[in-house]
Amino acid sequence: MTRQMTGAQIVIKALKDQGVDTVFGYPGGAVLPIYDEIFQQNGIRHILVRHEQGATHAAEGYARSTGKPGVVLVTSGPGATNAVTGMTDALMDSIPMVVLSGQVPTFMIGTDGFQEADTVGITRPCSKHNWLVKDTNKLAQTIHQAFHVATSGRPGPVLVDIPKDVQFATGTYVGPNKAEISHYQPQLKGNIDEITALVEAIETAERPVFYTGGGVINSGTGACQLLREFVAGTGFPITSTLMGLGAYPASGEQWLGMLGMHGTYEANLAMHDCDLMINVGARFDDRITGRIDGFSPKSTKVHIDIDASSINKVIHVDIPILGDVGHVLEDALRLWKSRGRKTNTASVTKWWAKINEWRGINCLAFTNSTTTIKPQHALQRLEALTSETERYITTEVGQHQMWAAQYLGFEDPHRFMTSGGLGTMGYGLPASIGVQVAHPDALVVNIAGDASFLMNMQEMGTAVQFNLPVKQFILNNERLGMVRQWQQLLHGERYSHSWSESLPDFVKLAEAFGAKGIRCDDPKNLDDAINEMLQYDGPVIFDCLVEKHENCFPMIPSGKSHNEMLLGDEPVTDAISGDGAVLV
Amino acid sequence: MNALSLKKDASRKSAYDLHSPLGTTIETHTLAIVVDNEAGVLARVIGLFAGRGYNIESLTVAEVDHHGHLSRITIVTTGTPSVIVQIKAQLARIVPVHEVHDLTVEGPSVERELAMLKVSGTGEKRVEAMRLAGIFRASVVDTTLESFVFEITGAPNKIDAFVDLMRPLGLSEIARTGVAAMLRGI
Ligand SMILES: Cc1ncc(C[n+]2csc(CCOP(=O)(O)OP(=O)(O)O)c2C)c(N)n1
Repeated sequence: MTRQMTGAQIVIKALKDQGVDTVFGYPGGAVLPIYDEIFQQNGIRHILVRHEQGATHAAEGYARSTGKPGVVLVTSGPGATNAVTGMTDALMDSIPMVVLSGQVPTFMIGTDGFQEADTVGITRPCSKHNWLVKDTNKLAQTIHQAFHVATSGRPGPVLVDIPKDVQFATGTYVGPNKAEISHYQPQLKGNIDEITALVEAIETAERPVFYTGGGVINSGTGACQLLREFVAGTGFPITSTLMGLGAYPASGEQWLGMLGMHGTYEANLAMHDCDLMINVGARFDDRITGRIDGFSPKSTKVHIDIDASSINKVIHVDIPILGDVGHVLEDALRLWKSRGRKTNTASVTKWWAKINEWRGINCLAFTNSTTTIKPQHALQRLEALTSETERYITTEVGQHQMWAAQYLGFEDPHRFMTSGGLGTMGYGLPASIGVQVAHPDALVVNIAGDASFLMNMQEMGTAVQFNLPVKQFILNNERLGMVRQWQQLLHGERYSHSWSESLPDFVKLAEAFGAKGIRCDDPKNLDDAINEMLQYDGPVIFDCLVEKHENCFPMIPSGKSHNEMLLGDEPVTDAISGDGAVLV
Repeated sequence: MNALSLKKDASRKSAYDLHSPLGTTIETHTLAIVVDNEAGVLARVIGLFAGRGYNIESLTVAEVDHHGHLSRITIVTTGTPSVIVQIKAQLARIVPVHEVHDLTVEGPSVERELAMLKVSGTGEKRVEAMRLAGIFRASVVDTTLESFVFEITGAPNKIDAFVDLMRPLGLSEIARTGVAAMLRGI
């Protein structure tokens, strides 16, 4: 059934028909008609953030923890430009997000009107697609199309720019099923010849490894289930990127830990020495590969990806499989079973012996202290005290993020929400808010650094207003720790602007927002303090004062290969030199 | 052959690659891209080339199907084999892009370009310009006592040759359309 209504009403109706229950937004002149409609309904919950960047990261937290698209509503001009960082973050990490922005009325576009910005121009490179809607009759169709594009194929952020006169004018509403079918229909099934080649490689491989990424999680819980079945069936070791943590359980016997720049010794050496690498939904990011010409020199490489442009972009692969991870794994698993579930058991057993030697290095060991809290220790205690709870973790960006990935265990997908590709400081707090909105009864902890926390700390107001009991666990080293670490390794210990001066008193800051503040600087009190945080029914800022000059290891220095990893007990000053110094 | 297949070790684009990409062969390819004729679609295509550091040697665009709202963009680009594969994959994932054809691979194809050249001069030079225009089958579309505007169509290298010949004869202005291209046969 089609109906006549105003553009603003169309927006709300379209969102409801798309199953949207929550919108993260901030009002302004160019979206007032939409806010007026929000006021007059109850089906959609609006979370008022304190900064539009916060809205985008909150929407990411919502999307990453549910698999559903996050929805953002912002005004024109500064509202839209403030959304750019979160959209770029979602683009890099393939997170479905729909941003609706207000725009000056169509007759004013191009006149430098008040709060006019070329929003589609600005967001073109940071969205999967975007639209400027100039006709109310096209509005419903465009919003449905936006949801389709955001969620199909490789997910990503989209933006619909809606001039104010289009919001006021009357037009025809069409429902999602009536909307024109888009020609944008990415291929889901993999090529059977390539899948057969994968199965043959699995049957004969002597030193195989699964290398998995965020694509598995994006493909859905079914894909994660298939992956687990495949890994268990073959008995092969598995590692994952930062984005893929949780697709395979950290407690699983075949789990090698995360790989890459701060990955485990066993994961990186397995990648380097393997003869079969099965990349499932990862993209050979430079944090993973290290030096390209030293990357896994002896392996046959398989790459399953839904995005053709990811295949052969950085690393040449021998068996490219274009398709959705879930579909491809299903076909591959069925084929492998029907051919008798064969693997080269004798060789794989030897391979495991080698891997277990590497595991024996115990690369995540660190020197603990009885007087100062080591950040790794703080995370180990947090893990011990929360691993049994229904728990969601977000992080900011820096050393604490890498330690979180190393010392916390993720048993399920959608439980670890971190800014991977863009590495956006200020992501974690608003993301934790979005996660808590989606999972009101779960424990949501943002692992933060002192510097990152300051970047979007205004969102504490949002947490308090909406009774979102998010826990902000700040590993406070009074440093821009990761920058300081690089300056130590790369720039002769000249710590240029990498310390946090004039930090606020985080306990008082919490109280100023109406939240609870807890400080802990003594390892002996740590468990009690963490329990106090967990038991408090409301948002908490936990100021955990940690060792100031701790470094994050293992580390593959820039420009080095997987087998040139630095472990914590080696001398590290000026470890990166020459060519490597130009890299980020 | 699989569309994604590539020669071994062809890919060298990464922040961690410290080797010069020189030494890998640079190829020229003509791409025909069918897109929805909607606002901003050209900006998306050009923005992709600019943002990812790809080359554009020539670009033409015009609506080719008014009812279907489809335009055809013809781009001549250069790059290593792996970059060419990347360009096509990146183009194909732009939402309003319907088809990407690599005429150089799918070929043989015909390529044509139109150019207008203004040649000013009198006496011997003017006569010689007219004589060469005849050889190249260029036609005169405007004339004064001291100038001609020639129109010439042909493959880009034919136009290059004509331009070179006109230079010493008083060439003062050139306008070229860029390449339009199409596969031979049915
Ligand atoms: C928006 C933004 N600006 C700058 C950076 C560069 N950067 C990466 S980590 C880091 C330091 C982070 O410090 P902190 O949040 O205290 O975490 P720590 O490394 O100390 O754990 C900086 C400045 C970034 N990732 N994001």
